[in-house]
Amino acid sequence: MLTDILFFFFAGIAIFCGIMVVTRRNPVASALWLIGTFFALAAIYTLIGAFFIGVIQILVYAGAIMVLFLFVIMLLNLGNDYQPDLRSRAWMITAGGSGLVLLAILGRVFAADTTAPLGRLTGPEAVATQVAEYGAVGAIARPMYTDYMIVLQVTGLLLLVAVVGAVMLAKRRV
Amino acid sequence: MIESYLPILILLAISVVNAVVILGLTYLVSPYRPTSVKSAPYESGMPGLGGTRDRFSVKFYVVAILFIVFDVETVFLVPWAVAMRDLGWEGFAAAMIFIFILTVGLIYEWKKGALEWD
Amino acid sequence: MELDFQTSVDYFWALLPEIVLSLWAMGVLLADVFQKGSRSEASRPAIAWLALAGIAAAAVANVWLMTVTGTGGMIAVDGFRIFANFILLLAAALAILVSMGYLDRHAMNRGEFYVLLMFAVVGMMILASAQDLILLFVGLELMSVAIYVLVGFNRRDPRSGEAALKYFLLGAFASAFLLYGIALVFGATGTTDLALLAETIGTGVQDAPLLLMMGVGLLAVGFAFKVAAMPFHVWTPDAYDGAPTPITALMATGVKAAAFAALLRVFAVSFGGLHETWVVAFWWLAALTMIGANLVALTQGSVKRMLAYSSIAHAGYVLVAVVAANAVGAAAFLFYLLVYTLMTAGAFGIVIANARGDRERVSLEDYAGLGWQQPVMAAAFAIFLLSLAGFPLTGGFIGKLYILRAALAADQVPLAVILVMASLISYFYYLRVVIVMYMRPAPAADTHAGLTASRPLQVAVGVAAIGVILLFFAPAMVLDAAQGSVAGLFIAQEALFGLSRGP
Repeated sequence: MLTDILFFFFAGIAIFCGIMVVTRRNPVASALWLIGTFFALAAIYTLIGAFFIGVIQILVYAGAIMVLFLFVIMLLNLGNDYQPDLRSRAWMITAGGSGLVLLAILGRVFAADTTAPLGRLTGPEAVATQVAEYGAVGAIARPMYTDYMIVLQVTGLLLLVAVVGAVMLAKRRV
Repeated sequence: MIESYLPILILLAISVVNAVVILGLTYLVSPYRPTSVKSAPYESGMPGLGGTRDRFSVKFYVVAILFIVFDVETVFLVPWAVAMRDLGWEGFAAAMIFIFILTVGLIYEWKKGALEWD
Repeated sequence: MELDFQTSVDYFWALLPEIVLSLWAMGVLLADVFQKGSRSEASRPAIAWLALAGIAAAAVANVWLMTVTGTGGMIAVDGFRIFANFILLLAAALAILVSMGYLDRHAMNRGEFYVLLMFAVVGMMILASAQDLILLFVGLELMSVAIYVLVGFNRRDPRSGEAALKYFLLGAFASAFLLYGIALVFGATGTTDLALLAETIGTGVQDAPLLLMMGVGLLAVGFAFKVAAMPFHVWTPDAYDGAPTPITALMATGVKAAAFAALLRVFAVSFGGLHETWVVAFWWLAALTMIGANLVALTQGSVKRMLAYSSIAHAGYVLVAVVAANAVGAAAFLFYLLVYTLMTAGAFGIVIANARGDRERVSLEDYAGLGWQQPVMAAAFAIFLLSLAGFPLTGGFIGKLYILRAALAADQVPLAVILVMASLISYFYYLRVVIVMYMRPAPAADTHAGLTASRPLQVAVGVAAIGVILLFFAPAMVLDAAQGSVAGLFIAQEALFGLSRGP
């Protein structure tokens, strides 16, 4: 009961902040409203039991990605008369079309028989037992450090390349 | 599980209420007589230097990128730290290899002087 | 050695070439940064040779990998992977050789260049051999991020930065498409494992065909971006043109070959059960790419841009082999990628050589009279151009022949006709360069004197030229290897569906 109320509360915040993001003319204001959306999303993730994702949402998105957004905006020096071209008809049609596709996918997901096991994905019950056995974070750590260990290491290489690349491209004297 | 997050919810509620109350009280109680000096942005008490829409040096950006890389590394390591005993030596080895790769990056940027503000 | 991937140790053996190259690259990175007085240019060739040694070490590990078999892992251990790895390592070695003088002339000789190049090759090898969509994506990103940086490596040239930005933005879009497609495919089938996907799709278990089809479509768009098939090619000319030329060579050969290998693995093998559906999309992509790219290439005044469009056109030819989606097509595919790598890397090597100081001479007029003043260089260029056009006496001819045979075996007669027509169009712009080199007089007697072809570049171009010729006179050896490599690729699929398209 309480979780339902909380869900609608945070969903409302997320939608309100989302609308503010796309209607602000100042990109810095948009970015700040986006933080509100991120926090509301983190709360929703927590409500559905995805605690780790909720923490990541705040740590990475509201923290790190947001910093990048703001730096890019400040780096570009967008003057005061920005984004008039974003309101053209073509963009509206594109955005509307994307929204329709998203709705169609959502409708499809809701209409689908979610109890049927699809391939190896074993449904919410299996996830629940995993979480019960290893804890909310352990259920993520287990596949990450066993089955998908190789992917983790390649991600490490990717981050290393990102470090080298950032230094090479952006450092004033190399 | 979700119940254990109740304190965070209460904390959240208190902080929101606190902020609203403080701002609301100042708005209601304090006198409001602006002058051009008072409404200027506060820059450590000195007269303001230029506008706020100046372009920022790309040096900030290097720092931000390096921060993100190690932030993401944390994200990968937190689950391992939580489930370390459960994952055993194999998980430990995997985490050490991952840390080793990122340490190479750290040594590189250190020697390269990317952490210095020149 | 038999690997069953029950423990992580098996992954160590299965990934030995990648691990060797990664560790080598990290070592080179640290060696470069710890080198005393690393600001001096004199010590730099050592880094390039070290990088080349790393590529060689990875190739040795790849040879050892031939003695290994394994199934059920996240990484394929099969002949297709080993063959693809050799192509990728060859492309990397050629790129390193042609870089050596180039970087000095453009004052960007830094150890990181070779380190990033090696990491890009690690990404390519993972992309070409991933048996899981998640690993495939991470490999793709490792390759792409390294290449984005390399494209923008020449910081003094604004065109290099512009190319990097364009390539990065559109590449990020392509990655997003790919990732969205992977997510939808996972939602529809519940797995990202390529073997399980083939099984799930083949037995019709999937619950949401619409979701699956959208996922497959988005994957196709993502791959079409990466291999630069029309109409998803718009980034290619600018990115190829602005990038440092050795990196252009690597993008046209290695990046493309790796993306194609992953494309073949995912579509022809895992989505084999949906062959009737996606083959239509790829049919049009192939036809449009072959016709469109060759027509636009006709109008190019810059040889570098012309070669960029030529590489788009060749993506169309290779797509024909993908459309065929049979064992003959897969063998022709590997053979073509090999000969394409040799002739394209060689052609870009000549573009690098035809420069004076840090000024590249890429317009058509800059090649006038080259045939008489620099006969060896011009002869090599003529070989590469004729091979790209598909003339007899060159490997390009045999490659096209095999693709045609695969197309006919799969009853793709119209596509075969389009391939021949498109090749005829391409004769104009390839031969135009040859004619300019030999028929048009140079403006002055010393126009082409003192060109800057370094010794390593001469080696690379020589190897590529000999390879292109050899592949015409002795194609059987390579083709047998290619056929042996793909033998296992379609077995599981045919066992599942009783499909056999073509012999």
